[in-house]
Amino acid sequence: MDIKKVLDNDTLTVKIDGRIDTTTAPVLGDSLSESYDSCKNLIFDFAGVDYISSAGLRILLSAQKIMSKKGEMKLINVSSDIMDIFEVTGFQDILTIE
Amino acid sequence: MKEYETKALVDNLPEVLAFVDSQLEEVDCPMKIQMQIDIAVEEIFVNIAHYAYENGPGPATVRVEITHEPLCADITLIDNGLPFDPLAKSDPDVTLAANERQIGGLGIFMVKKSMDDVKYEYVNGHNMLTLKKELVKK
Repeated sequence: MDIKKVLDNDTLTVKIDGRIDTTTAPVLGDSLSESYDSCKNLIFDFAGVDYISSAGLRILLSAQKIMSKKGEMKLINVSSDIMDIFEVTGFQDILTIE
Repeated sequence: MKEYETKALVDNLPEVLAFVDSQLEEVDCPMKIQMQIDIAVEEIFVNIAHYAYENGPGPATVRVEITHEPLCADITLIDNGLPFDPLAKSDPDVTLAANERQIGGLGIFMVKKSMDDVKYEYVNGHNMLTLKKELVKK
């Protein structure tokens, strides 16, 4: 998994490439923790994400809980296979997906 | 039928999934189904790594059996740790809002939802959890 972060004013865009699984999710979690203070809005670019297990969903849920207190969070470029996972787990109702 | 035995450590997840994928690729499993199977195997293997053994990591075996007409995979994860039926846990409420959602409990739920059948048995000191999935796009 590769993470690229771009901060534009208050908006942080996090572009993720690869798999978000049990071994990589903690890396993403740590990377986000470093950045929460510097942003009001958070965008996840999921164009390069082809796999997400419950470990990754937990990171998204934590991020949503933190961001809902201070601004907005959304996901963009989510593939249909990943969307299916969000539907099954009810995450499509929790997350803002464009 | 092929088996892969390793230590039940989270760090060994990539090699477990590589073994499963190699078996699925031999029969041209559609990518989406392969992802669903990988996620299910990950959830179960990580559960074993975290909870099966009290005193250091013990063994875990992954068995893949491919059957034909219809093309189908039976994947069994076996450990000889504490008896534990992960399917006995009640499903999380997936309709709650973000602030009410618990972090966790989703893994097994995803397994139940994405596989065609999931079966748990405790046989001769072994936890055996079998995932069944048809390898044909619907």
